[in-house]
Amino acid sequence: MRAIYRREMGNYFTTPVGYIFLAVFFFFSGFYFAGRCLLENTSDLSEVFSSMFTICVFLIPLLTMRLMSEERRNRTDQLLLTAPVSLPGLVMGKYLAALTIFSMGTGAMLLFGVLLTFLGVADWAMLAGHMAGLLLLGAALTAMGMLISALTESQVVAAVGSIAAGLLLIMANAAASMLHDGVFRRILRGLSFSSHYIRFTQGIFNLPDAVFFLSTAAVCIFLTIRVFERRRWR
Amino acid sequence: MLEVRDLSKSYGGKPAVDGISFSVGTGEILGFLGPNGAGKSTTMNMITGYLASTSGEVYIEGINILEQPLLAKKRIGYLPEKPPLYMDMTVEEYLRFVYALKKVELPRKTHIEEVCAMTGLEQMRRRMIRNLSRGYCQRVGIAQALLGYPPLLILDEPTSGLDPKQIVEIRSLIAQLGKKHTVILSTHILPEVRSVCSRIIVIHLGRLAAYGAPDELLRTMGGVRLHLDVAAPEENVGNALAALPGVLSVERRGETEPGVWGFSLEQAEGMDIRRTVSRCMAERGWPIMELSRANASLEDLFLTLTDAKDREE
Repeated sequence: MRAIYRREMGNYFTTPVGYIFLAVFFFFSGFYFAGRCLLENTSDLSEVFSSMFTICVFLIPLLTMRLMSEERRNRTDQLLLTAPVSLPGLVMGKYLAALTIFSMGTGAMLLFGVLLTFLGVADWAMLAGHMAGLLLLGAALTAMGMLISALTESQVVAAVGSIAAGLLLIMANAAASMLHDGVFRRILRGLSFSSHYIRFTQGIFNLPDAVFFLSTAAVCIFLTIRVFERRRWR
Repeated sequence: MLEVRDLSKSYGGKPAVDGISFSVGTGEILGFLGPNGAGKSTTMNMITGYLASTSGEVYIEGINILEQPLLAKKRIGYLPEKPPLYMDMTVEEYLRFVYALKKVELPRKTHIEEVCAMTGLEQMRRRMIRNLSRGYCQRVGIAQALLGYPPLLILDEPTSGLDPKQIVEIRSLIAQLGKKHTVILSTHILPEVRSVCSRIIVIHLGRLAAYGAPDELLRTMGGVRLHLDVAAPEENVGNALAALPGVLSVERRGETEPGVWGFSLEQAEGMDIRRTVSRCMAERGWPIMELSRANASLEDLFLTLTDAKDREE
């Protein structure tokens, strides 16, 4: 698992992918921070973090699209799957690498707190809650992107599929609000990433929301492992 | 060392490999032979644990590949048909990655140096794999399989796509590896099998068509053939040859050069008919332009085996 993690990390920075991801992430988070906090003279970061939701939906597929699909296309999966590495180890190594890059982006948002201490009072507890929410969202989206990447040989299909899935999750919320109250609406609400995420940006650390993202990530990781298993047995 | 029992694999109900059993002892070089699509790669993928078998078992040093995959895989070095290389790494980076991936315990620097020296990669270590020629890619693939010196090496068409000089080099490398490792080698190049393998397996349509030492197989199944070019009328020579004792059949190969006709003789087992043939030709005053024992008879054997099965289907 360590070898795979190290290779993936190296790959993010020998190819432009890691740099592009971080540059775009920094740009938008900085842009929202400047626009919503500095110009508006507020230390309330909740709008910055709620705006990052959409950015993540479009940006995380960049990290995950080649994670699995490229291995299959280049047949390097034959090396990984015949090496003395367990399947969960293989999948986790890759997953953690993508998540590390994402955390680098999120971690940099701590700077906003530092900046705010110069300008006024930063609410560190609030910022910690915001960041935890963003990390959890990222963990779930990364796992989902990885699963979709494992299903195809093409990076483009993986990227488009992941973005589409992300958009569906946004729409689930919109669709839910169009429905009358009922079971279906509750299911859509329950599945919607944004309704689970939004509470974090409001400064509420709601344990069920955290559990939702963690279990989504766990299910996607498990399914990725199953995809590999199934391919062997087919 | 390696034992394969009744191994089968079907894709969507269609058998790709159908009940193959064999075993390989330590230090043997086993040749896997068969036309394209015969099931060689599928079999190798099952032995290495890349694919799961539909039924049957694979034991490597007594360890079942499906039950204890990590233990079994540690004992295998595998070069798939297409070397599994990362184009965006240098040779050195790639080998270090595989070294870590396989959890090799030998000292890293010297071990990688040693493997590079064996595969002739010393000058290429800092090059990007993307920029390497086909032959060097193949070498990196072999180096990768060799890392950690696993007792069993499985090489799927290691010489495909190489130029003749490289083929000779790789073959001698394999022969050298065979002294320390057990090697399974798949190919459809027949002279390759003859020159390096101690035993061969012929696979056709997913089934075991033949199994044994190359010479033994030739003796029992193919018989030795004699190629003969004679400068005399085809009809007369053909009839005379067919009448000789020890000649089972005469195949006419037509006019090979102006006024010279070629024949291919199948001789009875255990007989050497060269003397009789040349005496017979001499008595009649027919000059023999060429007389040779067919070295390519492994090809004949191969064709016979695969043709016979085709007809059965």
